[in-house]
Amino acid sequence: MADVFKKVPVKEQDPKVRATNFEEVCLGYKKEEAMEEAARCIGCKLDKAQCVTGCPVSINIPGFIREVKEGNFEKAYQIISESSALPAVCGRVCPQETQCEGKCIRGLKGEAISIGKLERFVADWAKENGVKPAPAKEKNGHKVAVIGSGPAGLTCAGDLARLGYDVTIFEALHKAGGVLVYGIPEFRLPKDKVVAAEVENVKSLGVKIETNVVIGKSTTVDALLKEEGFEAVFIGSGAGLPMFMGIPGEQANGVFSANEYLTRNNLMKAYRDDYDTPISRGKKVVVVGGGNVAMDAARTALRLGAEVHIVYRRSEAELLARKEEVHHAKEEGVIFDLLTNPVEILADENSWVKGIRCIRMELGEPDASGRRRPVEVPGSEFEIEADTVIMSLGTSPNPLISSTTYGLDINRRKCIVADEEFGQTSKEGVFAGGDAVTGAATVILAMGAGKAGARGIDRFIQGSKS
Amino acid sequence: MYKIRKAKELAANIYLMDVEAPRVAKHCLPGQFVIVKVDETSERIPLTICDYDSENGIVTIVFQPVGASTLKMKNLKAGDAFEDFVGPLGQPSDLTKEDPKELKKKNIVFVGGGVGTAPVYPQIKWLHEHGITADCIIGARTKDLIILEEEMKAVSHLYLTTDDGSYVRKGMGTDVLRDLVVNQGKKYDLCIAIGPMIMMKFVCLLTKELGIPTVVSMNPIMVDGTGMCGACRLMVGDEVKFACVDGPEFDGHQVDFDLAMKRQQMYKTEEGRAKLFFEEGQTHHGGCGQC
Ligand SMILES: Cc1cc2nc3c(=O)[nH]c(=O)nc-3n(C[C@H](O)[C@H](O)[C@H](O)COP(=O)(O)OP(=O)(O)OC[C@H]3O[C@@H](n4cnc5c(N)ncnc54)[C@H](O)[C@@H]3O)c2cc1C
Repeated sequence: MADVFKKVPVKEQDPKVRATNFEEVCLGYKKEEAMEEAARCIGCKLDKAQCVTGCPVSINIPGFIREVKEGNFEKAYQIISESSALPAVCGRVCPQETQCEGKCIRGLKGEAISIGKLERFVADWAKENGVKPAPAKEKNGHKVAVIGSGPAGLTCAGDLARLGYDVTIFEALHKAGGVLVYGIPEFRLPKDKVVAAEVENVKSLGVKIETNVVIGKSTTVDALLKEEGFEAVFIGSGAGLPMFMGIPGEQANGVFSANEYLTRNNLMKAYRDDYDTPISRGKKVVVVGGGNVAMDAARTALRLGAEVHIVYRRSEAELLARKEEVHHAKEEGVIFDLLTNPVEILADENSWVKGIRCIRMELGEPDASGRRRPVEVPGSEFEIEADTVIMSLGTSPNPLISSTTYGLDINRRKCIVADEEFGQTSKEGVFAGGDAVTGAATVILAMGAGKAGARGIDRFIQGSKS
Repeated sequence: MYKIRKAKELAANIYLMDVEAPRVAKHCLPGQFVIVKVDETSERIPLTICDYDSENGIVTIVFQPVGASTLKMKNLKAGDAFEDFVGPLGQPSDLTKEDPKELKKKNIVFVGGGVGTAPVYPQIKWLHEHGITADCIIGARTKDLIILEEEMKAVSHLYLTTDDGSYVRKGMGTDVLRDLVVNQGKKYDLCIAIGPMIMMKFVCLLTKELGIPTVVSMNPIMVDGTGMCGACRLMVGDEVKFACVDGPEFDGHQVDFDLAMKRQQMYKTEEGRAKLFFEEGQTHHGGCGQC
């Protein structure tokens, strides 16, 4: 009998092997493993279940796990689908340790239930067995536009379609999915098997997706409302422009934003020989930053054949990335230079990166974020040899939509202002959510905001009808 | 899909295409660009808009094949289609934001080089439609590379020049500009230079000397074209600017051309590799008798 205090282990590709390929790292549970793991769940009553309070979209977790335990996977899928349009994605990329699993009662003594892995199992099973989310009700004839096809936009569109709305998503890029296609790499989130399949599920609800439309350029929010007959608009346009440090040498050849590096590799598939887009395959790569984006950039560079260092100014405890990603990165051989901050990028006479000068840091008093503030250790500067530097320092909002939409308020950080419950912005009929509102956050929070937007739009349109 | 209505070779290895893209045609203005992608495996290629017909939903592009994806592009014919065609991107030319009455008081000179001639065209055409006929200097390496001569002549005072003297006169665009200002006493309030970076750099050095404010249209490496990736960043004065959202037009006297040119070299080797692969693939296709 398995140890009930321990998670049923999940199979993964061997670190040495996977460090050289782009196949998915985690192989997921098999049927028997999933049922065994589900059997560890105590089955808290729904109104008492802590895991549900930890989930930003309040999935009925004990409910679906009970069905998994019984082997009723289709039922489990329909339960999850009531709350989430992207379970195969969330099962793979949510920070479960701080959400559902972080609250799990089992976790008080022993290990929490592997809720994420179970969710993933159910979603993958549904796909393999051709099970689709429950279809839309009758069409109600109201037209709604959604801007952006990331998790916020897809969720909002899916929810509205299920309520009978006629929804069109406008996407700037040539492929739908937002960060799920251009940011998060294949080895963590397979594009065809998972992302494209989830997008197809949303489309199967009747949602139309028009790619290659940049709102603010190809047309505007006001034109959608006034000229194209949309009664409401949801803006889920994402986090925006990459930030740089402003240190000397940042314009040298071989310095990339993580967004560029990952877009080339993931959206444009530069890692494959049969695609035209090039990527700089460094030999020694330094990634600056400590979030999921930094981990993804580092592990991508590793797979492209480089020795990779992560340079982060705080300590391991403050790394913002999911625990599993840090763990995987280490296993694969990424070198962590913690409590280290870059001060200059060094370039050769042809303006190519040849190294990065850093300074050691130590932790001081807690800052506004509650984390201990890193302070420089005087005289501790040193150099790391590198031919590529990838900056993963966060983003600042893209003004394309806010500057072209009359009456749409933004806050001090230039994010769109929208309320949490309904996604209502300062402009009538216009709703927003996801990274465009909060700044870079998580898939599941963006989905939660998409749901709020759908509620808000439904209330707005039904209200104005009566 | 975005259907190609017309495709023709304008000059040796310079191609023009009319593409059906109603959303772009309806909203674009001179100075803006599009990003095109031939098929699933192609790169996203930024191209400045050369002409547009809002009523019929047509956008005209002109390009010179250099990498694997543009080589694929040149093989497309009328009736074929681009998988992706997005825009208009970037800021319209400042000209379009000025009061035409004020603009009329200005003497404007354009300097275009190579395929850079194409994006000059919508600007002089736009000015001409607003009652202004600008001077326009077009330089090409040799006679065969001169494009859109008749079209340009119809909407500007055109001065042609070729590096090798095979047509009209011998010399660079900068030589003509110097001649017009220094020897012929022309006075210009604004110069707009579009072409290869090296050409724009030399125009700017000259206009700085002559005291003519100058706008250039930058064409750095881009990926998404919406501001998301930062590949196209430039130094303009002491500021980092993204050509795709802040530009593509900038004050030429503020742009750090040397840096921009170095950055443009970045993928030379990788792109070269992709091109080689493509061409070898082609040879293989025709040559081996197996396929
Ligand atoms: C590399 C990386 C790794 C990450 N890893 C994780 C993780 O492991 N777990 C996790 O929970 N979160 C992770 N995140 C964060 C998460 O992906 C985002 O918080 C989430 O995708 C935000 O969703 P969104 O819908 O708000 O925006 P996005 O996913 O950014 O989607 C916005 C979409 O809008 C489009 N758009 C933008 N402007 C316009 C316009 N003007 N007109 C039309 N379309 C427009 C964009 O092209 C894009 O497709 C990661 C992010 C990155 C970059």
